[in-house]
Amino acid sequence: MATYLEINKKQVNEEKWEEPFYLNMGPQHPSTHGVLRLFLELEGETIVNCTPIIGYLHRGVEKLGENLNYNQAIVLSDRLDYIASAANNTAFALAFEKLMGLEVPRRAKLLRTIVCEMARICNHLLWLATHALDIGAMTVFLYCFRDREWLLNIYEKICGARLTHTYVRVGGVRQDFTQEIIDELYKFTEEFPPRIYDYETLIDVNRIWLKRTKGIAVVPPEDAINLGLTGPCLRGSGIAYDVRKFRPYDAYGEVDFVVPTGKNGDTYDRYRVRMEELRQANSIIRQCLDKLPETEGEPVVAEDAPDLLMPERIKKPEPKPVPKKGVIFRGADVPVVPPGEAFAAIESPKGELSVYVVSDGSSKPWRLRVRTPSFVHISAIPYMTKNHMIADLIAIIGTLDIVLGDSDR
Amino acid sequence: MGELIDKLIFTVIAAVILLVIALLHVAYLTYAERKIIARMQQRLGPNRVGPRGLLQPIADMLKLLTKEDIVPYGVDKPIFYIAPFISLVCAGTGVALIPLWEKFVLSNINVGLLFILALSSLSAYGVILSGWASNSRYAFLGGLRASAQVVSYEIAMSLALLSVVLMAGSLNLMDIVKAQINSPYKIYLIPQIIAFFVFIISAIAECNRVPFDLPEAETELVAGYFVEYSAMRFAIFYLAEYFGMVVMSALAVTCFLGGWIGPFEVPYIPFFWFLIKLYFILFVYIWVRATLPRYRYDQLMGLGWKVLIPVAIVNLFLTAFLKLIV
Repeated sequence: MATYLEINKKQVNEEKWEEPFYLNMGPQHPSTHGVLRLFLELEGETIVNCTPIIGYLHRGVEKLGENLNYNQAIVLSDRLDYIASAANNTAFALAFEKLMGLEVPRRAKLLRTIVCEMARICNHLLWLATHALDIGAMTVFLYCFRDREWLLNIYEKICGARLTHTYVRVGGVRQDFTQEIIDELYKFTEEFPPRIYDYETLIDVNRIWLKRTKGIAVVPPEDAINLGLTGPCLRGSGIAYDVRKFRPYDAYGEVDFVVPTGKNGDTYDRYRVRMEELRQANSIIRQCLDKLPETEGEPVVAEDAPDLLMPERIKKPEPKPVPKKGVIFRGADVPVVPPGEAFAAIESPKGELSVYVVSDGSSKPWRLRVRTPSFVHISAIPYMTKNHMIADLIAIIGTLDIVLGDSDR
Repeated sequence: MGELIDKLIFTVIAAVILLVIALLHVAYLTYAERKIIARMQQRLGPNRVGPRGLLQPIADMLKLLTKEDIVPYGVDKPIFYIAPFISLVCAGTGVALIPLWEKFVLSNINVGLLFILALSSLSAYGVILSGWASNSRYAFLGGLRASAQVVSYEIAMSLALLSVVLMAGSLNLMDIVKAQINSPYKIYLIPQIIAFFVFIISAIAECNRVPFDLPEAETELVAGYFVEYSAMRFAIFYLAEYFGMVVMSALAVTCFLGGWIGPFEVPYIPFFWFLIKLYFILFVYIWVRATLPRYRYDQLMGLGWKVLIPVAIVNLFLTAFLKLIV
């Protein structure tokens, strides 16, 4: 990564004109979606080489998580992909539940599925908004934000927070939905599908939009797998891989949905896949809402779920008889959480988000590892931008749907 | 001698009036743009300064005037200082040549159309020089894009206007308006519909507006050629852009929509039809901005050279042919 400094130095000293044009894009740039930095080697406007440089938003989430107990670590997950925090919460909670061997009540599973799909809609709306804005269509941006605002208001009613809601907790969810929220969600699911259609009429028939997205950044299926793409980026290349279908978690096993796929693997196909996913997410929310009355009155947290205030360590008291005076009280440590390791993967809106946790028996994870989709997707930028133009680079960053908080952790 | 002085005083007064009116139009065009786009995007737009935000342009102007004028290290200073004024002068001078009314045109010269075209070509220098002098790679790329774009679209625009000149038989803008009386609805829009569309597209490209705003592509080049400018110099670039819009729209009104002549006479308001048509075309500019995404650089060049110029040439030949047989 030190190469760009050397190149710059070399460029200053040499007086040749055929040297390439270097452009340092970011970390402060309006359309690198945060603090992504791209070091570009240009020929005219065509990109010859592109080096993504990340780490400007590194907060050490994994290490921090190892110093907090399991319930507190979930709060950190909000800050990963802050656009769809419910999905991150679920990934963490699933891994911890697997470790502790908890069975989540059905109602909590349904509620989790609803908030996850709401997060998906939020994320895809924001993606569409920024993607369209990057390509230059300004109006779509505000239309999408209008609907996202509605969902955020519902989130606020659910748990009080709009963006970083630690609603999902180990063993279930924090609290039940009120009737008001259910009514509001029913209203949303009624009115949302026509609005998706509205967005499509705004850009899908637009010749400039088609010109800017069709045939741009084509990723063939084999390459998509080799690059490690997941989520809509992989499905856009025609591979119907979706964790929700292949390893169902929460209530995804009992709902009906289609995994949309693209054909050509270009930017347009990925756009179509995401638009279709919006519809599917809407229908999943609807199905879960319909199932909610069946589970009326169930608890939303597993009975044996750990308390939010987990003790640092638990000592087993010395068995009677009471030892003599002067002998130090020694109790054996009882594991707070069973030692071992657990892995959970979910289909986050951006791709496959997996959490690997190792426990040594204390209330804090011994090792916490998060595999985030944005990190992997950024590594695909050099491959995708080859022989494209600067304007396409912006479209490619948009189509990969990256969030730097997710990548830098 | 006395006559000459009278004429001079009259010209100066007329020029000042015209300048004030044009500046007001430009200032409130920014306001109108923000309000109209806000309406199209379901938001409110400026509404804090004055009733309904009507004083917003004045507040903006005051703010920009009092800001610090930052000159970055390593710029080519003389060119950096001059560039915005080149843009502004070239864009603004065109107003003087537009016949607002039969009896109100500041400078009624015989090569009016040619003069406006020359000015709009020259205004590209402001963009290129600012991009070059800024010593910034984004600005440089923006300047390069602008030069290529303006050169290509200038040709299409000139060819479109040439058909009008051919029909009117004069380069004098006053004569062009008067020649349109014989056309259907007293406008050249119907016989020259192709030229009109070519002209409007080229004019949008010439003013660097969406969907051809590549030189200042906000999401790609941050702000393009004026990324290093601040305070009043920055504002002058904006002023030049809006002046360019007004002049191009006024030219479209003059050459294609029959200038001040309307379907019927409106008593006491001689500028009525001119202004209505002008506002309509300006509205189209804003409307387009709220609707369309941005072209890519090579696609823009392809549109200019492969579509607009051939179409304009064919239209020119058709016009010449029809003129020959009719």
